[in-house]
Amino acid sequence: MRELFKSNVAGKASRALLNASRIILSNKYILAGFIIVLVFVLMAILADFIAPYSPIEIVGPVLQPPSQKYLMGTDNLGRDVFSRTIYGSRVVLLTTAIAIALSGAIGTLLGLISGYIGGALDRVFSFIMDSIYAFPSLILAIALSVALGPSPINAAIAIAVVYIPTYFRMVRGQVLSIKNEPYIEIARALGIPSTRIVTRHILPHVGRTLMVVFSMNSADAILTEAALSFIGLTVQPPQPDWGFDLYKGRGFILTGYWWMMVFPGFCITLLAVGFALMSEGVSTVISGRKR
Amino acid sequence: MSTLEVKDLWVKYYTFSGIVSAVSGVSFNLRKGEMLAVVGESGSGKSTLGLALLNMVPKPGKIVKGEVLLGGVNVLKLTPEEIRKIRGSRLSMVFQDPFTTLDPLRKIVDQFEEFLLEHGFDKSKSRSIVKEYLEAVGLPERIMYSYPHQLSGGQKQRVSIAMAIALNPEVIIADEPTTALDVVVQKQIMDLIDYIKGKYGSSIILITHDLALALERADTVMVMYGGYIMEYADKKELLNNMKHPYTKALFEALPRITTRILPKSLPGYPPDLRSPPQGCIFHPRCEYATEECRLKRPEMIEVGKGHFVACHLYR
Repeated sequence: MRELFKSNVAGKASRALLNASRIILSNKYILAGFIIVLVFVLMAILADFIAPYSPIEIVGPVLQPPSQKYLMGTDNLGRDVFSRTIYGSRVVLLTTAIAIALSGAIGTLLGLISGYIGGALDRVFSFIMDSIYAFPSLILAIALSVALGPSPINAAIAIAVVYIPTYFRMVRGQVLSIKNEPYIEIARALGIPSTRIVTRHILPHVGRTLMVVFSMNSADAILTEAALSFIGLTVQPPQPDWGFDLYKGRGFILTGYWWMMVFPGFCITLLAVGFALMSEGVSTVISGRKR
Repeated sequence: MSTLEVKDLWVKYYTFSGIVSAVSGVSFNLRKGEMLAVVGESGSGKSTLGLALLNMVPKPGKIVKGEVLLGGVNVLKLTPEEIRKIRGSRLSMVFQDPFTTLDPLRKIVDQFEEFLLEHGFDKSKSRSIVKEYLEAVGLPERIMYSYPHQLSGGQKQRVSIAMAIALNPEVIIADEPTTALDVVVQKQIMDLIDYIKGKYGSSIILITHDLALALERADTVMVMYGGYIMEYADKKELLNNMKHPYTKALFEALPRITTRILPKSLPGYPPDLRSPPQGCIFHPRCEYATEECRLKRPEMIEVGKGHFVACHLYR
């Protein structure tokens, strides 16, 4: 019995993996975006092996241009820009991942509850979400981040709050239409409890939409994270961080030391492009299948 | 002793444009093993009646008055958890459109088992019940592992019926179970419902707009119009001794095979239930309407044994 269960789980996992790889390969946008994101993820995971120097120690003379010894040059304190850029990916990816997971989970949960129960509760939730949505997202994120104090976790929470309404609105809208489907009515007529109806009969139908919102938000969240770190609201120096390194490099670019700013900036852009490509591809695949 | 007893049931929808009285003072008894057909055109309140019996009237509808006694217990007075346990196990329902009554993302066996598990069966037992009942409705075992889109409409309706009968409910409410199906499948499904009635002894409420189907299959026929019962009688009694002008009009609207009489249509439209006509709800379309019909709502009167009619003509 246990064996059977295990093989079933393994089977399901491998089927899911197969499905995922089929989706990735089916569209060149998704494939390109996926490769870009994958490179950054690997970079973050394997930073200890890739980076030639420690990111926070002074390893050579200050403001050296890119050379064989220092691939992306050194900064104004003599630290290796290449190593800092590689380690910097950790902060961005982790903060964004936590932010997206948090906002996705909370937004979806609230959307399900609000949409299914409806009535006064729905009106209250929708009002709160619309109020959050009405704020310019970056300003709200900065305000929250300042209020909570600078740290990567707080930045993640701030970004999460900004994106919760997006998930909430999408999920709620879907639930409102799905809950009137006859199969929901029949599930009720068969005595299936509400919690089960929501988790097993409504949530799976929302998945498709969630995927689109999810991939759209991630590119946006990367940029929001970079903005927060640009003004020093995530990790504190001397920890490497693209946004903050960008900020520091700003003072040197006019005097010709372009490498301090260009490399972290390029990484932010490329990562955002990677997610944007994936989102583009995912929405084409999903809407294409619908048609 | 009746299995199901409905006493003076009133259901109203509180819409923005007014209060709609969808079911007005409906009472009837259902014996064990009896098939009652509720006949009426669209908007006659027959589907609302079916949902009301399960206390499942959708918002903004509300059951404002009445009792639904199942084995002497008022279903409308139960707590949500108590009524949940009754739904599907003692009172179950088959819906009209089989194409949308199954969750498209889940296999038949998953949906069926979920239902059984929620009613207290264990996993191994429920698997055998699924097999047993799919076989009982004439489906091969392999369709268990199919998704709804892989089945035909008739097969899906059979799955719905299998789920509706699996816990041997006392009453099965079938809301237009054959309307979305073609005639051949329609006959098969009705034969299946007859067979289930015989084999499991369930009482069946067949909600339909098709008087011919009702007269062919049911034991008792209840004709509804505008939320009111117009006529209620044994099938044979009704066939031989049709009383209410509306029932007669419905009957005359049926196409005939044996004679050359053309079907006659009933002029006019169903009443706007937000502002129903005064007096008898049918009087604007009734060719026998008198002054009294315009002013006074007719009471149900017994014109023969178990034959009730709500019409001033038979007082």
